[in-house]
Amino acid sequence: MNAAAETLLEADRLALKVGERWLCCEFSLRLGAGECLVLLGPNGAGKTTLLHTLAGLRAPSVGSVQLGRRQYADWDPLAAARFRGLLPQQQPDHFSATVLQTALVGRHPHLGRWGWESDDDVAIARAALAEVGLAELAGRDILSLSGGERQRVSIAALLAQAPRLFLLDEPTNHLDLHYQVAALELFARLASNGRGIVMVLHDINLAARFADHVILLDGRGGVIAGSRDEVLQADRLSHAYNHPICRVAVDGRTVFLPD
Amino acid sequence: MTSQRNILVTLGSLALSGALALAWALSAGDLAIPFSDIVAALFAGAEGMSATVVRELRLPRAVAVFACGGLLAIAGALMQVLLRNPLADPYVLGISGGAAVGALGAMLLGLAPWVVDAAAFAGALGAMLLVFGLAHGDGSWTQTRLLLTGVIVAAGCGAAVTLMLSLATDTRLQSMLFWLMGDASGASRPWPALVLMVVGLVAVLPFARDLNVLARGELSARALGVRVERLRYLLYVLASLLTAAAVTLIGSVGFVGLIVPHLVRFVLGNDQRVLLPAAMLAGGALLTVADTAARTVIAPIQLPVGVLTALIGVPVFLFLLSRHPR
Repeated sequence: MNAAAETLLEADRLALKVGERWLCCEFSLRLGAGECLVLLGPNGAGKTTLLHTLAGLRAPSVGSVQLGRRQYADWDPLAAARFRGLLPQQQPDHFSATVLQTALVGRHPHLGRWGWESDDDVAIARAALAEVGLAELAGRDILSLSGGERQRVSIAALLAQAPRLFLLDEPTNHLDLHYQVAALELFARLASNGRGIVMVLHDINLAARFADHVILLDGRGGVIAGSRDEVLQADRLSHAYNHPICRVAVDGRTVFLPD
Repeated sequence: MTSQRNILVTLGSLALSGALALAWALSAGDLAIPFSDIVAALFAGAEGMSATVVRELRLPRAVAVFACGGLLAIAGALMQVLLRNPLADPYVLGISGGAAVGALGAMLLGLAPWVVDAAAFAGALGAMLLVFGLAHGDGSWTQTRLLLTGVIVAAGCGAAVTLMLSLATDTRLQSMLFWLMGDASGASRPWPALVLMVVGLVAVLPFARDLNVLARGELSARALGVRVERLRYLLYVLASLLTAAAVTLIGSVGFVGLIVPHLVRFVLGNDQRVLLPAAMLAGGALLTVADTAARTVIAPIQLPVGVLTALIGVPVFLFLLSRHPR
């Protein structure tokens, strides 16, 4: 890992337990500015639980999590929200609101108790919508959008939040192939501008393309953490997913295929 | 995005509608009273029969229904965010059921009107604490658990109410039924409710943007720095208290708490900073109009105002629902 980059997120001897089941044994991680970490693993392995723990929304069973070298308990919640943002796996939309209003929700931690969104905030939200290709839909009701469009609204709200550390739970959910790659390229650009990215993915090939580091949970408590090339090996993936996976080189790119 | 000027214009016109509704409530009735006499009775301390009618009969009743409309509309909007369910109303968590058990129990025993009011308020608070205690249990009070607990407690209260109705003598039965449907004719001390309405709004407005964030889901809200636990306590206690005050004053008037936040949301969007004050004014105006109509349309017979709000509310709500994109 790049020791010179500023540390955004650090977990020390972290272990997670849900009910009586250990999701992962003790492991440590450190994410610097400009890095992208991908969490992989089968269904129910605890990827989301781990992501929420890293987001400070859940206390670790063992060990500690530090955001910007401070424990979450020492952060003011609004200050923490300006430092790290979360894209939830599912975004329940119960009430009508325009796409622009929904993106503006991301500005919440930047406004004071009595503050109203300024023209600058609206400009930021509009720019975020343009980033995900929704500029024309700004006035539409979110309840009238498709699943993929709603996912892009959620991404826009997170962009408007403008955190330094992005925690993304399956950011490619509901997105078509084009927007899957577009969204991940957007986050890769943010990383190259000094932000940090932690994301849960299901697609090993997208992970291979965008990750600097990978944490592979096997759903039985085992954790492999390391650089992309260390972790993304056919035997390790086959073991974790409990399904034979082979590694193929196509036109100079490495591709993983399920048997 | 609604601009701030549009918001002020909308709130201003709603306040004007509220004033007009109150003016109609003060002038309508068996005794025709000219507008100048009403002003004189209110502000110049005029004497005489018409001044007495205005000051001691019509004004308390008009203020009572206005306050109840405002209280129920705010409470309904808060419940809808708390439960993240657009179909929630102030009574969904059993507050009105508890108040009904208290009030009807007191009526069954033939107690004085102020005891009935006190029993209604105590019943409402009892239901609130019961639902909270049961739903909070292990500390993880999800909105589904809260909703289910509230619905079950309300069902239990409904059974108790039916039992009391079947035990009541004919003379008491009618006043009990009127109480259940919501009836403003006995409201004589409306000012505390009006004060509570304003205090409740002022207490929740600093958190209005937090509510906007919470409406997008609890997880997002926590990640955006909203202290969700604290906010939910505030929402629950405040919505319950406002509902309890309204129900104590004029009984369980239906539909205002459900319809008004929806009507306002329909026109102004779901920004709680606008929705809450607008719902308060619209709820007050609507219930004032409904109650004035209820006592004048087929005078001398006075309808319970709850019947009229339901008669207006059901078709309006069905209309809104059919236009809902989902």
